[in-house]
Amino acid sequence: MGNRCAVVGVGQTKYQTKRQDVSIAGLVREAALRALEDAGLTFGDIDAVVIGKAPDLFEGVMMPEAYLADALGAAGKPMMRVHTAGSVGGSTALVGASLIQAGVHDRVLVVAFEKQSESNATWALSTHPPFNASLVVGAGGYFAPHIREYIRRTGAPGHIGTLVAVKDRLNALKNPYAHLKIPGIDRAMVESTPMLWEPIRYLETCPSSDGACAMVLSSEAKVSGTPAWVHGAAMRSEAMSRAGRDTVSPQAGKDCAADVYRQAGIADPRRDLDVAEVYVPFSWYEPMWLENLGFAAEGEGWKLTESGATALDGDIPWNASGGVLSSNPIGASGLIRFAEAALQVRGMAGEHQVDGARRALGHAYGGGAQFFAMWIVGSDKP
Amino acid sequence: MREVAVIAFAQTVHTGHDAGLAEPELVGPLINEVRERTGLREFGFTCSGSCDYLAGAPFSFVSALDAIGAWPPISESHVEMDAAWALYEAWVRLQHGDVDTALVYGFGKSSQGDLREIMSVQLDPYYLAPLGLDQVSYAALQAAALGADRAELDAIVRRSRADGRANPCALDLPDPSEEEGPGVHPLRAYDAAPITDGAAAIVLAAGERARELCERPAWITGIAHRIEPHYLGMRDLAASASAADAARAAGVGKGPVDVAELHAQFSHEEIILRRALELPDGTAVNPSGGPLAANPVMATGLIRIGEAASRITEGRAARAVAHAASGPCLQHNLVAVLEG
Repeated sequence: MGNRCAVVGVGQTKYQTKRQDVSIAGLVREAALRALEDAGLTFGDIDAVVIGKAPDLFEGVMMPEAYLADALGAAGKPMMRVHTAGSVGGSTALVGASLIQAGVHDRVLVVAFEKQSESNATWALSTHPPFNASLVVGAGGYFAPHIREYIRRTGAPGHIGTLVAVKDRLNALKNPYAHLKIPGIDRAMVESTPMLWEPIRYLETCPSSDGACAMVLSSEAKVSGTPAWVHGAAMRSEAMSRAGRDTVSPQAGKDCAADVYRQAGIADPRRDLDVAEVYVPFSWYEPMWLENLGFAAEGEGWKLTESGATALDGDIPWNASGGVLSSNPIGASGLIRFAEAALQVRGMAGEHQVDGARRALGHAYGGGAQFFAMWIVGSDKP
Repeated sequence: MREVAVIAFAQTVHTGHDAGLAEPELVGPLINEVRERTGLREFGFTCSGSCDYLAGAPFSFVSALDAIGAWPPISESHVEMDAAWALYEAWVRLQHGDVDTALVYGFGKSSQGDLREIMSVQLDPYYLAPLGLDQVSYAALQAAALGADRAELDAIVRRSRADGRANPCALDLPDPSEEEGPGVHPLRAYDAAPITDGAAAIVLAAGERARELCERPAWITGIAHRIEPHYLGMRDLAASASAADAARAAGVGKGPVDVAELHAQFSHEEIILRRALELPDGTAVNPSGGPLAANPVMATGLIRIGEAASRITEGRAARAVAHAASGPCLQHNLVAVLEG
């Protein structure tokens, strides 16, 4: 794992459908300045900048780190651009942390964003490389069959997804940055919305958001303010078209979790962690990831959701912030999970704070459920 | 820092046209080649560089992952940059000390679209892209700012193409001739790197592991990169402050430089880079032919590191410098020093 690394600043923009008041540069700068303010630092204190986002076709700006160097105070410094599909926000945090763990830098600014209103994400996802077959399904169409297979395997009752959709949106009401705020949301409201990709209804899917998230990462020697210490960090990827791969509970997700738990000394994630921010873009991915990440035995994830254990007042709250179901600036969504995990163990999550949270998981996934990025942060120095 | 070396390098026989191979088909054989050469089946870390806009589709790196056979699942990441930055990320990862080997690869098929126009999509979308300048036009602005001598530019192209003809992986390009077209003043068509399809792969190893796996590892004794402001008006286009900073941080001037492989995609960029890196007169620049003889975009920078390392590995140089660039008019520069 190398040298110790800590999160000392977090900054987020308000997530919403269209941020027409700012350019892309203005958006990322807003998050970066808030992270610096939280850390009590300025751009002058930063050694390097790491930026992540999902496909460049989402805004129509290729390799935007070139254009965004000025707005992020990167001129004269090293700057990296990460892209690992939907997991990119998490990977961006890990690449930034890696620079500190390697002893190369003392303070790194990591930023991730998406300004979906600049283009059309579903169009961008539906084109395909020459000589490759096109699925032309978008994300919902791609993942719905995996969810149906989960339901078939486990015999989960049909309302489980609805419970997650309600729980995460109730949490979002406590998060000032969340995009979807639906006062009075309940099962009946979710079940009254149109079926998009069976079994995913309109209110069981994530919104399209504009937004950016930033963190200041620090070496032990330069820690300022309230740190969230990195206890474990891991990435795993598996080939998309390998015959026999289990797309419902991918091996890469299991391996990534095992790696990060080993580093952090986690034997039982449900018992040893206090809160988890997990990439759940469609409601049913909560029970699916509960099993994949070892919070529940195989086939039992939906029972944990149904019992209320993952609610804000449950024994292992998942997505206290409202999660991806409430805010989805795609390239930033993974970084927001990592940042919210840090806010929880710093005791700075505000109204959605989980009392006494000391260890938290941040999780992101992408591609055809084949790219995984995870970290565990804690209030104590590892 | 932990000692890390290049222990294997492979590249495709690059083509100036679409040879009908998909990106994974370009990458696959290279991965097999470096696996065979090192005897390594798995790597502690894997990182790649590519650009979706070359393929005109999102996630161009996803199918490449199929080519490398990522099973069981691997610790892996990707930069939407030239793969030289993927190598940098891998070098950083090896500094942690828990893994000893890394695979790096990059690929690009610029035959699939209009590269000159595609590269303009990386400009500020609000203030620069609408001006309609393509890649050659902004390179010409830089060449004009430099006031480069025509005879010197011609000599660079002639030398690069001759060296390229001697390199079995580079394109076979004739001596430069005005018949190739007018270009954008003051550049001529032959001052620009050719449209190229290709890929490259490198294996890095740390410390003892490198010595076990390779007879003469090319040790990375310094590596650094810096970015500059994006807006051309904010920079002195005739110089490259970021390349000079990166060269100082990498320690280029701490010893003689036998060979320098420079990521100059236009002939005038070589002049700017030679000065920024303060290369001595005796340094052989781009003996592989350089980007002017083969420019598989997103792999070109990584190939500079591979070519420089090969000189060390083959015992033909004791100290070599490799350079990679990104962004319009050399906005972002990476410099590595390799020693035997």
